[in-house]
Amino acid sequence: MWIIAPLICGLIFGVGLLISGMVQPTKVLGFLDIFGAWDPSLAVVMAAALAVSVPGFRLADRGAQPWFAGQYFRPGKSGIDLPLVAGAALFGIGWGLVGLCPGPALESLATLSPGVIVFVVAMAAGMVAHDAWQQSRLTAQSGRQLASATDG
Amino acid sequence: MANFTPVSAAIGGVLIGLSAVLLMLSTGRIAGISGIFSGLLNLRGEDKGWRIAFITGLILAPVLAGLIGYGMAQPKLPSNWAVIIAAGLLVGFGTRLGGGCTSGHGICGIARLSPRSIAATIVFMVTAVITVAVTHHVLGG
Repeated sequence: MWIIAPLICGLIFGVGLLISGMVQPTKVLGFLDIFGAWDPSLAVVMAAALAVSVPGFRLADRGAQPWFAGQYFRPGKSGIDLPLVAGAALFGIGWGLVGLCPGPALESLATLSPGVIVFVVAMAAGMVAHDAWQQSRLTAQSGRQLASATDG
Repeated sequence: MANFTPVSAAIGGVLIGLSAVLLMLSTGRIAGISGIFSGLLNLRGEDKGWRIAFITGLILAPVLAGLIGYGMAQPKLPSNWAVIIAAGLLVGFGTRLGGGCTSGHGICGIARLSPRSIAATIVFMVTAVITVAVTHHVLGG
């Protein structure tokens, strides 16, 4: 019944986005609009989340293995490179255009909003397009397998 | 700062941090939503169970909240479909290229003191602020 753990984690994450209001694009845009009626709430959300996750992840670092898995899956990449910066820049533009990032977008599917459904389909298409592009580049270079390069 | 809601923001933030820590302690995974979701789009991937469970929980949250009288309002989105589609494509492509989003880099990565995540978070915050400044104040959207 280990599958209950990620289900409950998703539920807690979703409730956190709901209570904080970050599931609403208007709330997020209020934070990003520093030249308008600025709403610092998103900064408080991040600070409160980090106040829990910094000590929590230290605790995980001390354990040999997770409760329901054989090992910790930690991001292997280090060093700031061009793909990281370019990818983050593109993500920020998309985020700023409508105020939706992946978590709130997926959660908002529950409202059956046509706009959210279109956004999520476009987001999935962007992800698939990226992976196809990487695959073709790698194939062209050396035929190596596509490594999963995800930090989070 | 009339819209500032520090108490609900702090409570929600604690829950998001708690979720990230519990996911790491229980399954050893990073609670990065773009990474969790994109792993479902890869037909060859085998570790799909925990991803489906997490996203199911995420979508169930507003459904359950609605049952106890705290239903979620429909999100307010631009009326222009082209903007919504362009934004979705940018978020999807950008999070894959940059290896994470607000949750993976912004919460989990910074908590692990990853220089990559700190850099990514600064970059996407800056480009998002510029985008909003341009669309809201320069173009007057």
